[in-house]
Amino acid sequence: MRCIRVIPCLDVDAGRVVKGVQFAGLVDAGDPVELAARYDAEGADELVFLDITASVDARRTMVEVVARTAEQVFIPFTVGGGVGDVDAARALLRAGADKVSLNTAALAHPNLVARLAGEFGAQCVVVAIDARRRAGAGARWDVYSHGGRRPAGRDALAWAEQAAALGAGEILLTSMDRDGTRSGYDLELTRAVAGTVAVPVVASGGVGSLEHLVQGARQGDADAVLAASIFHRGEHTLAEAKAYMADHGVPVRPVGPAG
Amino acid sequence: MTVATCSGGPPVIAVLDYGIGNLRSAEKALQHLGADARLVTDPDQAVVAAGMVLPGVGAFGRCAQALRHSGLVKSVHHALARGTPFLGVCVGLQLLYEGSDEAPGVEGLGALGGVVRALAPGVKRPQMQWNRLQRRPGRTSALLAGTGESPWVYFVHSFAPEDGAEVSATCHYGGEVVAAVERDRLWGTQFHPEKSGAVGLAMLANFVAAVAAVAGASASPSA
Repeated sequence: MRCIRVIPCLDVDAGRVVKGVQFAGLVDAGDPVELAARYDAEGADELVFLDITASVDARRTMVEVVARTAEQVFIPFTVGGGVGDVDAARALLRAGADKVSLNTAALAHPNLVARLAGEFGAQCVVVAIDARRRAGAGARWDVYSHGGRRPAGRDALAWAEQAAALGAGEILLTSMDRDGTRSGYDLELTRAVAGTVAVPVVASGGVGSLEHLVQGARQGDADAVLAASIFHRGEHTLAEAKAYMADHGVPVRPVGPAG
Repeated sequence: MTVATCSGGPPVIAVLDYGIGNLRSAEKALQHLGADARLVTDPDQAVVAAGMVLPGVGAFGRCAQALRHSGLVKSVHHALARGTPFLGVCVGLQLLYEGSDEAPGVEGLGALGGVVRALAPGVKRPQMQWNRLQRRPGRTSALLAGTGESPWVYFVHSFAPEDGAEVSATCHYGGEVVAAVERDRLWGTQFHPEKSGAVGLAMLANFVAAVAAVAGASASPSA
């Protein structure tokens, strides 16, 4: 049986969650560990921390966040953002991260994917792909690096295929066209990548309603659906999301005691 | 050599650290439950622990090689022979079998009969998701006690052991897949209890309780 994972994503800057997360009853809405524990309790299947820290020095902070998270959160979590080499990945994994997500570094050094998969196993290597639809080219998407600022000169489907062949255990696929628009995932992109690689694909970018989560699974054929603002702003709980998905034919792990 | 069961403290659970991936999760989850769980690299320390956890992620061949290289294989055999409460997780469970299709020619520990096979063709591999357990009819399980009829747990794997008499639960993923085994004090899970939220912690608490019960029984004949 296939079961679609629902994954809240937290942007972390210098050890603090940014983009205003609203949760009743939290002592400190900026503490990633407190938020992660809250999402765990509410029924998140997995979590993604995206480290958007610009300063290299402050990156050490993320390892501390990961270590504290591992003491209190007992669902899988992925850490991405600025993971540049084997040592950085090892530090995060040793601190307790289940997976590390590579983006720019994987594009610059594809062999890094293979090295990490060889050393730690493919299951803990995620390749994040930021893709933008190529103007006037139909169903073609270009890959961008450096947080979406630089074209990487690669086709998204070809890169996804190569990343999986190198040993990526999962593809975290973000549509730059949809990110922040709240108009739903780029379903055509998601479906194309999911049909290209044999490994799980996480849909990301554009969720503004619960219907979008259903679309990501049903039309996008994603194995997991990632969202940020609908959860952070308190618009919907994980329980509501999962109930809605289940009502619309998407298999999910129900929230609550063993179902 | 230190004595594992110091008076007053909980018995030591050795989480075998043989140089592969994320072992921190299992250690932290056990500590969260109040257990004295320690990452152990030294075979002499492992062998005196009251309970033993064999984690494992990644490839069977690499894990088997790393475990042999670490010198901890003897500690595992010793613990199993002595009836020390033992929990193998994911590839740590797979290593207890005779071998794996993932690494032909690489021997497993052979504590359980049979080999590890690839998941059925036609499903995504790895199975990286939550799935619900189906209890094996007629089997009781100390590991799964109190976790409901069909608890949801987290899997990350492309291979799984062959079915056998030791199987206590399966999941459905392109066919029936072995998910949990139990033979006396040898317990194993293909899923990750340390990553399965509250229900996974309840299973680990069952293991911690089993360790405490056995350690208490062996420590108390003088009382």
